[in-house]
Amino acid sequence: MSALNYQELIPNNVDLGGNRQLQRALEHWQPRFLAWWKELGPECYQASDVYLRTATSVDAKGWTTYGYVKMPEYRWGIFLADREPERKIGFGDLYGQPAWQQVPADFRSALRRLIVTQGDTEPASVEQQRLLGLTCPSLYDLRNLFQVNVEEGRHLWAMVYLLHAHFGRDGREEAEELLARHSGDADKPRILGTFNEPVSDWLSFFMFTYFTDRDGKFQLKSLAESAFDPLARSCRFMLTEEAYHMHVGENGIGRIVRRTLEVMKELGTEDPESVRRSGAIDLATIQRYVNFWFSSSLDLFGSEQSSNAATSFANGIKGRPDEARFEDHLALDRTFDIEMPDGAGGVRVDAVPLRNAMNEVTRRAYVVDCETGFIRWNRLIEKAGFQTRLSLPSPRFRRSIGAWGGQSATPGGAVVPRETWEARKGEWLPTEADGAFIRSLMRQVVEPGKVAGWIAPPERGINHLPVDYAYVKVH
Amino acid sequence: MFVFDRHPSRYRHWKLAFDGPIATLSMDVDENGGLVEGYALKLNSYDLGVDMELNDALQRIRFEHPEVRAVVVTSAKERMFSAGANIYMLGASSHAWKVNFCKFTNETRNGMEDSSRHSGLKFLAAVNGTCAGGGYEIALACDEILMVDDRSSTVSLPEVPLLGVLPGTGGLCRLVDKRKVRRDLADVFCTNPDGVRAERARAWGLVDAIAPPSDFAARVQARALELAELSDRPQGAKGIELPPLDRRIESDSRIDYDWVGIEIDRVRRMATLTLRAPATAPESDIAAIEKAGAAWWPLAMARDLDDAILMLRLNALDIGLWVLKTRGEAAHLLAADRALAANASNWFVRETIGMLRRTFARLDVSSRSLYAVVDEGSCFAGTLAELLLAADRGYMIDRTASGDTGPTIRLSPANFDLYPTVAGRSRLAARFNSEAVADALRARIGESLDAPSALAAGLVTVTPDDLDWEEEIRLALDDRAGLSPDALTGMEASLRFSGPETLETKIFGRLSAWQNWIFNRPNAVGERGALTLFGSGSKARFDWQRV
Repeated sequence: MSALNYQELIPNNVDLGGNRQLQRALEHWQPRFLAWWKELGPECYQASDVYLRTATSVDAKGWTTYGYVKMPEYRWGIFLADREPERKIGFGDLYGQPAWQQVPADFRSALRRLIVTQGDTEPASVEQQRLLGLTCPSLYDLRNLFQVNVEEGRHLWAMVYLLHAHFGRDGREEAEELLARHSGDADKPRILGTFNEPVSDWLSFFMFTYFTDRDGKFQLKSLAESAFDPLARSCRFMLTEEAYHMHVGENGIGRIVRRTLEVMKELGTEDPESVRRSGAIDLATIQRYVNFWFSSSLDLFGSEQSSNAATSFANGIKGRPDEARFEDHLALDRTFDIEMPDGAGGVRVDAVPLRNAMNEVTRRAYVVDCETGFIRWNRLIEKAGFQTRLSLPSPRFRRSIGAWGGQSATPGGAVVPRETWEARKGEWLPTEADGAFIRSLMRQVVEPGKVAGWIAPPERGINHLPVDYAYVKVH
Repeated sequence: MFVFDRHPSRYRHWKLAFDGPIATLSMDVDENGGLVEGYALKLNSYDLGVDMELNDALQRIRFEHPEVRAVVVTSAKERMFSAGANIYMLGASSHAWKVNFCKFTNETRNGMEDSSRHSGLKFLAAVNGTCAGGGYEIALACDEILMVDDRSSTVSLPEVPLLGVLPGTGGLCRLVDKRKVRRDLADVFCTNPDGVRAERARAWGLVDAIAPPSDFAARVQARALELAELSDRPQGAKGIELPPLDRRIESDSRIDYDWVGIEIDRVRRMATLTLRAPATAPESDIAAIEKAGAAWWPLAMARDLDDAILMLRLNALDIGLWVLKTRGEAAHLLAADRALAANASNWFVRETIGMLRRTFARLDVSSRSLYAVVDEGSCFAGTLAELLLAADRGYMIDRTASGDTGPTIRLSPANFDLYPTVAGRSRLAARFNSEAVADALRARIGESLDAPSALAAGLVTVTPDDLDWEEEIRLALDDRAGLSPDALTGMEASLRFSGPETLETKIFGRLSAWQNWIFNRPNAVGERGALTLFGSGSKARFDWQRV
């Protein structure tokens, strides 16, 4: 046994205490991680006691251990979902063969690249959100922000564990680089463009957790199918945490809508200007933020036709979300219909080999999943007696990559001339003025039980505690 | 039929900008602009059409912009320099198309080095994003490589591990020969599909310098200006516009230019290229030469011949024998050579010589049999005698028995000094496999060599007399056209480049030969070959026998 109690320091179910090589790697990496957290993690609250959930094991009880903790002392653990002893590869050319416990040499670099890309987004989002604490609408929301942040930190640990445990020296170098790149740093940017934009207001934060974390969910679901068993198990456990992040988004947007409806009812009007004057966010602005965040999150899935996606699927590296619900796991001789611009302002349908269309398969599942919140929010609006409905824009709208990249499609999906699009984009996307208005609402509220005027209070607290509980003890 | 005409106003894939002594050539490939249907040019990947524009841009810089002393080669895309040759294009192409494509791209990259070596045009690769395969090979063809260090971008040669083929556009050779990368590191580099990031790339010598994104543009500018300082291109000279070629495609067997005619005999699978001397001696004083510009015969002829070679190579694959003929007054050719030599230090004349040098070099590496036919009315003199020296064989009519001198051959200093082959020596030296024998012929410069003298001097292969001529030539040509085209290609390429190797001979000889062999192997192009399956997702199945 090691002299250190690893279970105490780094909660894990990967027998860290018995693995000298891994200990050495992680001991080297951990101080750097902490230094990074202190420098680029949440601003101002590093010394505060935050009521956080910490995972200490993977069973139902173990991953919901609540208590006050100072964030730098959070016990970032390493957990893999329980191993299925006879797990077989569930798709692709190697379908039915035993899942890999070690990385096959052939796929080493593809797997490493995938893990690095996934891993890079985790600290990136912490960096993007680091200033939000200064404008939180309530202690409840502040705590939720930090819960999301520490869990993104844990997801980074999960990926770094895989790099350290399975990818040798290259893996250790990549783990260092995950801390060296920084969101929005012109010289050392994060890998994916979206993760270099700051998330500087809470409306954007809720949109990010609703839309962008949901992309994360679908990436994790794809990786949870991987033939590389440690990756699959790691992602399966991460999914339990990711679900909460999306809940934060859905709950946040829902509370904003509720507050807006209250104001609309009081005023007896849907007029955006009147709503704004009363300190709430009008539905039209919310729709523009939806349009922005949905479209940028769609790009994260990659091109509709992708050789990388085909290769990943064929080799068992990355499957479809919930692969088991498909009948054919080889996807060899099938095609998938994809809408493409026909170059004349219309749409044509191309039958693409199914394996090459895997990004689109995943993206469509994502779009369906995104609808759920809208059903709930629109029900609120309907009950309040108003006509407006919130909706997802067409997936063709404002895309930067893939077949629709650079096409001037409206939220309704029609392709219009570029000048028309430019002239009308202020109707569809947040404007400077929208941003200024949202920022004007961002005033910190840290009195227990108090909530900012632009968002309704939550319906219930955390872990059966009351809403006015001091979820963060600000020192 | 594909043609090579391009113009900056119609580029789809490159942006060409000028700022004093610096030209910036930015790759910005239009995904939907492939030369043929069936693939999208994603991520700044390229096909022959993209390279035709690159070739045109280089020609514009050489001739239309003498003020340019350094060329920055970069990308207009964000965080992506170039993904290299488009793999789907390669996968969908015939073997011949692939080989032709590689040959042309090789010639273009060699042409960059040629211009750096001979014309003072310096190239700086500003690698501002991920740079893979053929993308890195473009960078390798530059004098220096400056790479962005954004902690993500990599340089790589992933052909072997990803595609089961070679980085065949000079990559392997330049890595060790030009950049002197240690062999074991080169081995690691060429088998790693992910490539290496900036810091290691510099440590291994894969790039010369690195800079963070915030400093990158300034460093590029500063280094480009330093490279410009090394150049001896002129200050304040006025460029020479290159108008479109007057190429007249008269039928599927006849193409005519101002100075070159092509006649194709489809049945006998041969083409006759006839080069015409000017009607009078071309301009010889520099003011008149510059005034003539692109119409000056040495340049006009070189452009016609260059295009003729490219057209035949791309569009007439089964025409395996090129018969090289000349027509006109030898005296005018020698006058042209004197004008070239007398003004060789003038930038425009220097560029014209460069154009001629590269055009003759295209002949050397063309996978066609070359027979020069020195017949009545011909003028194999000086610069045009290079055709005879480039040919695999020369046939000359001997009319001395009829009491007639018949046609003559005349050497000029140009044959010794102006047009070194890619092997670095004159075609005369290559022909005799001896500098000394070649040098001895300097004594005969200007002399009119009739058939017996030319035969004795070793300048022609066979000299049938006028009675036998028609029949001898017919038999000789038909004989040649009947041999295995593959064996001929290999044989000719082996015999044409004697003597020590250079980077270029290795690229055309060794690297291309290996690549073309691999391009034919089931491990690359079979049903389960790596190149065939790339992008389908399926893994290649190899025949593990080493051959």
